[in-house]
Amino acid sequence: MKPENTNYLRELVRSATGIVLEVEKEYLLEARLSPVAHREGLGDVESLVEMLRMNPDGVLRDMVLDAMTTNETSFFRDLHPFDALRQTILPQLMERRAETRTLNIWSAVCSSGQEPYSLLMMLSENFPELSSWNLNFLASDVSTSMIERARAGRYSQFEVSRGLPASFLVKYLSKVGQSWEMDAGLRKAVKFQVLNLVQPWPALPTMDIIMMRNVLIYFDNATKEKILRKACGCLRGDGYLFLGSSEVLMGLDVALQRTSIDGSWCYQPESRTPAVP
Amino acid sequence: MVDTMSNGSMRALVVDDFQTIHQIMRRVLGALGIHDISDAVDGEKALEVLEKEGPFNLVLVDWYMPVMNGLDFVRAVRARRHHDSTKILMVTTEAEQESIVAALDAGADDYLMKPFTPEMVEEKLAILGLCPAKG
Ligand SMILES: C[S@@+](CC[C@H](N)C(=O)[O-])C[C@H]1O[C@@H](n2cnc3c(N)ncnc32)[C@H](O)[C@@H]1O
Repeated sequence: MKPENTNYLRELVRSATGIVLEVEKEYLLEARLSPVAHREGLGDVESLVEMLRMNPDGVLRDMVLDAMTTNETSFFRDLHPFDALRQTILPQLMERRAETRTLNIWSAVCSSGQEPYSLLMMLSENFPELSSWNLNFLASDVSTSMIERARAGRYSQFEVSRGLPASFLVKYLSKVGQSWEMDAGLRKAVKFQVLNLVQPWPALPTMDIIMMRNVLIYFDNATKEKILRKACGCLRGDGYLFLGSSEVLMGLDVALQRTSIDGSWCYQPESRTPAVP
Repeated sequence: MVDTMSNGSMRALVVDDFQTIHQIMRRVLGALGIHDISDAVDGEKALEVLEKEGPFNLVLVDWYMPVMNGLDFVRAVRARRHHDSTKILMVTTEAEQESIVAALDAGADDYLMKPFTPEMVEEKLAILGLCPAKG
């Protein structure tokens, strides 16, 4: 590919999603965009870039961004965060919020929806009393097509075989043709919204739980810091933030403290006044 | 008592009428540190192995097999209370919702549809508490 085209694509991906393509990852441009170029009848990636230059805000741009983001996810991914939420965090938060009976939860990079639905199934299974609570569940992602998929809640046999216990599968999904469809009640319980973490955020309620797993790895440190500070800003003082299991805050200047709960790392806003023993 | 958490001492039984599945499962389970693996080609043989060589931590069982099918095997095992702590995972091409419900009702602990990938097996074992979750 011509260097100016490579640079154009890198800059497009970076400015739109914050994802920084290292030089050694440049082959991904060709690998992931060739199928898009073919599908759209454009021949090769060079002509795809020509089209993009002429019409930079069209559907082609969304297709390119979708192809360049990694949407890999699974139900109950890593398991430990869900254990921590079930065994420790939710009982604690529900006791503390007993007066307002309100919980605000945000799955900030929900991809095709497995993460928010896993949480909802776990809640419905273990905390049925929440059905009379005010549960505000927001799930967002930068990708329009991912949000559409998540909202539809339809999964292939392959997808439901990743991490989902069969007892949940038959209880919360139903088979429709060759795919499995999430229960309508659960689908309605989530507000799905396109939200780009590297652009200004809309007004959000103060969250009790934020899941922001497996997205920071794609950003440079300055972007990570900016996002984490904003997340911290909309997290309640005793709320919890979850990151991906391989994501660490090392070298980042953010006011979050790490705790280990039931085998999972999670993060809480640093308390401003040191605790008095 | 069988130690269920350290994979080194885990014992598994693979029940399938296809040799290829025995081989694949050996490789997949081996990668998870489970090496003590027996196999059987149908439900009836599997019951014998279970009594002679048991207890096992995990039984992976196909649905369609000659002599005694997987569903009847699960019922037979669950009728003998001394295998209650053995986890049973059905591994089958059968993918209808009613069949999955039937298998769980019969006493299977989880259900994996063929074709499967090594990650799927690992994730099922993590759900069953037989191997640590990734991450
Ligand atoms: C690997 S998935 C993670 C999904 C899920 N949280 C998990 O851990 O399984 C990464 C997701 O991040 C999304 N993403 C990438 N850049 C983003 C951005 N700037 N703002 C919001 N989401 C973004 C992608 O669309 C993709 O769905």
